[in-house]
Amino acid sequence: MRKLVFSLVLILVTARVAAFEIEDHSTFGPKQAQEVLRILSTTDTAIFAPMIQSYLANNPDTFIDYTVASSTDVMGAVLQQSQPFDLVISSAMDLQTKLANDGYVQKHVSGVTGALPVWAKWNDMVFAFTQEPAAIVISEAAFQGLDMPRSREDLITAMRRNPERFRGRVGTYDVRQSGLGYLFATQESRVSETYWRLTEVMGSLGARLYCCSSQMIDDVASGELAVAYNVLGSYAFQRSDLDGIRIVLPSDFTTVMLRSVVVPKTAPSPELAGRFADHMLEQAHSNSGNFDIRRWLGPSDGAALSRINLGPGLLVYLDALKRRAFQKEWTNAILQ
Amino acid sequence: MRFLLVEDNAPLATAVVDRLSLDGHVVDHAADLETAKDFSATTSYDMILLDIMLPDGDGSHFLAHQRRKQSRTPIIVLTARSEVSDRISLLDLGADDYMVKPIDFAELEARCRAVMRRRGGDVSNQKVLGKLRFDSGTGVLNIRGLDIQLRTRELRLFEVFINAPGKIFSKSALVDRLFSYDDDVSENAIEVYVGRLRKHLSGSDVGIVTVRGLGYKLEQS
Amino acid sequence: MTQPVLSGSIQRRLLILLFCASALLAVLLYFVVQSVARQVAQQSQDNILAASALSVIDSARSVDGEVIVDLPYSALSMLDSVTDERVFYVVRFGEDVLTGYAELPRPPLSKARQTAYMSADFLGEEVRIASVSRSFSADLGRDRLEVSVAQTLSGQRQTLARSSRLALGVGAGFFALAAVLAWLTARATIRPLDRLAASVSRRGPTDLRPVTAAVPQEMAPLVTSLNGFMSRLEASLNRSEDFIAEAAHRVRTPLAVVRTKAEIIQRHIRKPENKAAMREMIGAIDESSRTAGQLLDHAMVSFRLDSLAQEKVDLASLVNDMVERLRPVAEIAEIDLVIVCSDPATIQGDGILLQNALRNLLDNAIKYSPADTRVEIRLTKGDTGISLQVCDEGRGFPKAGDADLAERFTRGDNVHGIVGSGLGLTIARDVATAHGGRLILENNAGGGACASLFFPSS
Repeated sequence: MRKLVFSLVLILVTARVAAFEIEDHSTFGPKQAQEVLRILSTTDTAIFAPMIQSYLANNPDTFIDYTVASSTDVMGAVLQQSQPFDLVISSAMDLQTKLANDGYVQKHVSGVTGALPVWAKWNDMVFAFTQEPAAIVISEAAFQGLDMPRSREDLITAMRRNPERFRGRVGTYDVRQSGLGYLFATQESRVSETYWRLTEVMGSLGARLYCCSSQMIDDVASGELAVAYNVLGSYAFQRSDLDGIRIVLPSDFTTVMLRSVVVPKTAPSPELAGRFADHMLEQAHSNSGNFDIRRWLGPSDGAALSRINLGPGLLVYLDALKRRAFQKEWTNAILQ
Repeated sequence: MRFLLVEDNAPLATAVVDRLSLDGHVVDHAADLETAKDFSATTSYDMILLDIMLPDGDGSHFLAHQRRKQSRTPIIVLTARSEVSDRISLLDLGADDYMVKPIDFAELEARCRAVMRRRGGDVSNQKVLGKLRFDSGTGVLNIRGLDIQLRTRELRLFEVFINAPGKIFSKSALVDRLFSYDDDVSENAIEVYVGRLRKHLSGSDVGIVTVRGLGYKLEQS
Repeated sequence: MTQPVLSGSIQRRLLILLFCASALLAVLLYFVVQSVARQVAQQSQDNILAASALSVIDSARSVDGEVIVDLPYSALSMLDSVTDERVFYVVRFGEDVLTGYAELPRPPLSKARQTAYMSADFLGEEVRIASVSRSFSADLGRDRLEVSVAQTLSGQRQTLARSSRLALGVGAGFFALAAVLAWLTARATIRPLDRLAASVSRRGPTDLRPVTAAVPQEMAPLVTSLNGFMSRLEASLNRSEDFIAEAAHRVRTPLAVVRTKAEIIQRHIRKPENKAAMREMIGAIDESSRTAGQLLDHAMVSFRLDSLAQEKVDLASLVNDMVERLRPVAEIAEIDLVIVCSDPATIQGDGILLQNALRNLLDNAIKYSPADTRVEIRLTKGDTGISLQVCDEGRGFPKAGDADLAERFTRGDNVHGIVGSGLGLTIARDVATAHGGRLILENNAGGGACASLFFPSS
């Protein structure tokens, strides 16, 4: 049964699952510690390290093994169940939901999870600990003389009026390659028709397609791109080396992705995993400190926030037929 | 005194008639209510002794009949029953008194006297001898206008004498009349009461005389 | 009085039966409500699943001879709208799985039934599956397109828990209401019986009239036999009274004849020794007639004590009547009956019995008093109770307060030569006891006996 489901998943995550590619690996705490926690994550070590350290500050007798991999590899590792992990942290909320829905995740109920808002948890299995907006990253130099766009409409207008200024200098995710790009695209297309108009405009300007947010930020920073659309805001906000770029959360609606944590069924120390998850969630939802779940949402009053819902709706776009149809449509729009 | 005895039991009736006659009373006997009504209609009695259980009806009917006729003749009911309630209802019906059989004649005498006393003086009870007047109903002896109340035994002894003046009564006969049968008395007791009577009579012309060897008699000097 | 042997209570039995019936119905109601709720919950879940499956099948279209299913977002998200549910789906064309969870169990569909449901275990949890199908034309020819949608049951369980609580509440409420009604019913049913019991026990001891009040049909046999029993009892009581009266008559009349004749003979006898013999004979006759009288009195008293009348008795007038009644007898023996004190006093009880008790005390006092003495009667009412005292100046009781004196046929050692049966004090004591009082026997300091009937104030 598992294998069958697995094969189903294979179809959608393609052949890259087979090889579990470790991007980074680091350890925290004393090696001889009594408790060992293994975390598999899509989050860069540098970004997540403060969270681990804040946990170790109160629980010094814990050894934490932190492995970073791509979201598809993370999912594949969980499906394969060859290497046991206690916690799985991923930005791919659709894949996390899929793992939970298909029975690879165990439930975790505690006082902390009981206090979470409804949108931040699903089925006591998937728990959100960040809210990360999809942002428009703009090169201030490229927009000289133009009004700084505040919404997708503004951006469309600017691009239509100044096609020569933007031709070949517009970047966005390649939804055929990037799971996150696909998630943002599908959710935005669900919310508004503007997405398709914008995609067509970008396509007409010879948009450049990227696999990752950081590359898009780099290219905007270097002036190669005038604007990058649907860049993961959290990455952009954390880049302190950037001058002359503007990070815009669209005022019509800002798609917000939730980074989430699950405890796999195969977790060797589920109890410890639960405690660490509680610590993360407590930090994130306490509305203060470095891990405040609202820290990247900007000053917006939240009215424009379009939070992606955890739940079986996410499974819809993981459906092979659906995915094929969407990618076909998208390709038609962006490659003209 | 003249009695009407209403009693259906023949042996008892005969005995009572005989016994009352011994004391000098006149007794008519009626064995049923009809006869009793006839007698009482034609003759005036000093006292009616009425049995309750009669062949032709309850004695209470006779009582009611008498009271309807507004007869003033006292009635003493004789009963063999025990129920006190019966007696009470008889008194309510107008009987003057009642007695439970067997009849103690000393008691009957006492009750007759009590009834008469309650009814007030009756001329027929007055006896006169010389300067002495005696009311057997109230037991008052009047000598020269002076009233003397006799006590029970004195009274009964005096009654014996005055009913037959001049007749000699032996001591034992007097004992029979004065004392009830459960009293343990000697004949000397008679001398005591005779002595008391003599004292009461000292102011009159009547006295009790000793007849040596025979007894006593009442005599007018 | 003998306590009845109890075997349960009709009211309790009725209550228990009704309670049991109510409890049974309440439990039944609980299960019915729960099963209805279960069905409704199941139905609504099935409806949502069918709607979801239909929305999927409606999105199917044939493009270039290929079956394309454009899974609507709402098809799955609607299943998760209220409670978090795990959701599974599969789209089949004929026997081919187009997309979704190929292993999802397949509810039996037929041409006739375009929608089917089933419950099954899938991926470690119980799920409810709805399938819809329709015939569809594609390149491969015409075949059945079938969509199954499944959902876990946490929402349904929540609904069931809620409805279970509701059912429990309904059941408990029903039971409480039914219990109250049961109690009222039991009481209403028992009421005629209570009324009958009350009307019978309210009667005086001598009221043996038949019960004429209307009673329910079921009680008619009871009332009929009760009436029959009472009429037999009344007849029996009347016979007893008649018997006592008759016995008295039969005994006393011959005695009266004998005594009268004996007195006549006594008058005619001259010889002193014969006279003495005759006196003894008359004394013996008096004793037996007195004994007979007291025996009959005692029988009558016992008879009346069994069902003591409760009337208001004026003791002062009772004392006065009795003293006046006995005064002639006392006078014969030159004894003065003196009512020294006569407080107004009444008592609840049987006047005839009280009269009898007093007469026996007075009889005794007169009998045991020497001539020329007084018998004093005191009726006093104090804080502690009512005392009716008869004191003579005779030889006194052999030992003051000796309760044995009141035992039947017991007489003091010092009463030789006096006629008496010894029953008088027994009667007086029995009457006093029956009226909640007692008989007190004591000797005066200055000589003489005192017998008191004492009735404590309740």
